Amino acid sequence: MTVKEKKENRKMIVKRSFLAAFPKTIPIMTGFLFLGMSYGIYMKVSGFSFVYPLCMSLAIFGGSLEFVAVSMLLGRFAPLQTFLMALMIQARHLFYGIALLEKYKGTGWKKLYLIFGMCDESFSINCATEVPEGTDKGWFYFFVTVLNQFYWVLGATLGGILGTFLTFDTKGLDFVMTAMFVVIFLEQWLKEKKHYTALIGVLVSAGCLLLFGADSFLIPTMVCILCFLTVFRKPIEKAGGLS
Amino acid sequence: MTLAEEILTIGLCAVATMLTRFLPFCVFRADKPTPKYIRYLGKALPAAIFGMLVVYCLKNVDVTTGAHGVPELIAIGIVTILHLWKRNMLLSIGGGTVCYMLLVQCFFS
Repeated sequence: MTVKEKKENRKMIVKRSFLAAFPKTIPIMTGFLFLGMSYGIYMKVSGFSFVYPLCMSLAIFGGSLEFVAVSMLLGRFAPLQTFLMALMIQARHLFYGIALLEKYKGTGWKKLYLIFGMCDESFSINCATEVPEGTDKGWFYFFVTVLNQFYWVLGATLGGILGTFLTFDTKGLDFVMTAMFVVIFLEQWLKEKKHYTALIGVLVSAGCLLLFGADSFLIPTMVCILCFLTVFRKPIEKAGGLS
Repeated sequence: MTLAEEILTIGLCAVATMLTRFLPFCVFRADKPTPKYIRYLGKALPAAIFGMLVVYCLKNVDVTTGAHGVPELIAIGIVTILHLWKRNMLLSIGGGTVCYMLLVQCFFS
């Protein structure tokens, strides 16, 4: 093969990788545009310009945390609590990373972005999909990741802009965050045979909320959850059903 | 919050997130088994954390005064029923939020 042919060939592979990756991300597109826009509108009605959701969706790219960050931005400055909260909400990425160690090997410069842009949805596609023949796995994973982040950033920014033009009363719109977490919690609940870990989460948080009050219950809650999960590891593992 | 504090808050969120994303690639090897305790936490944490986040969303609901948390209770009930019925995330979140907005604007205002 001449140099020119090689170049053409590589272009073809990149194109084929994109064409294989795009359809996989279509189901994510609707979800991310909807949730992203809700998030952008929520930020707007909380008093932040669209620049905030734009920057946050680019730099953080984690829906749950970005929603929580809005209420943290509205509260008083609490760096330690913010940091710990972010760690706990995002801790699941640690386990995605472990599962993807092998898959992301040998993807060159793209690896840095693959890790940076890892989210639940990109993880599930990249983990569950066999990379089709004739494509390059690095490029395939790259397009899945970059398209998913694109949908999210687009939704969040659009929401932030559209939020300006909302003419109806937006009182109560902030419930979108509660509804989202209730749905994710339900999904987790349905996955478990016994609901020990879900119950620990709810009861420990409620207990700490009563004890420490709304402004300072998060850190004790996170510490207690880790302690409970560690102390009751045997019965929880024995009950099984952890996915 | 001042602008600097806002930027710091967002920055801390980003740094913590990147830590969780990059750490496994720096610490663990594909050919070595991951410590069992870490694997256990990976399975046990998510349900507990999302339980915590539900409580976090409700932290400012006062059951002793005002609407006594009734709109929240009804709306969460609707989200749950919708979700168990159709398992469609958009429908559950959208439907629940619209119901809540109607409740606090028309019935409990």
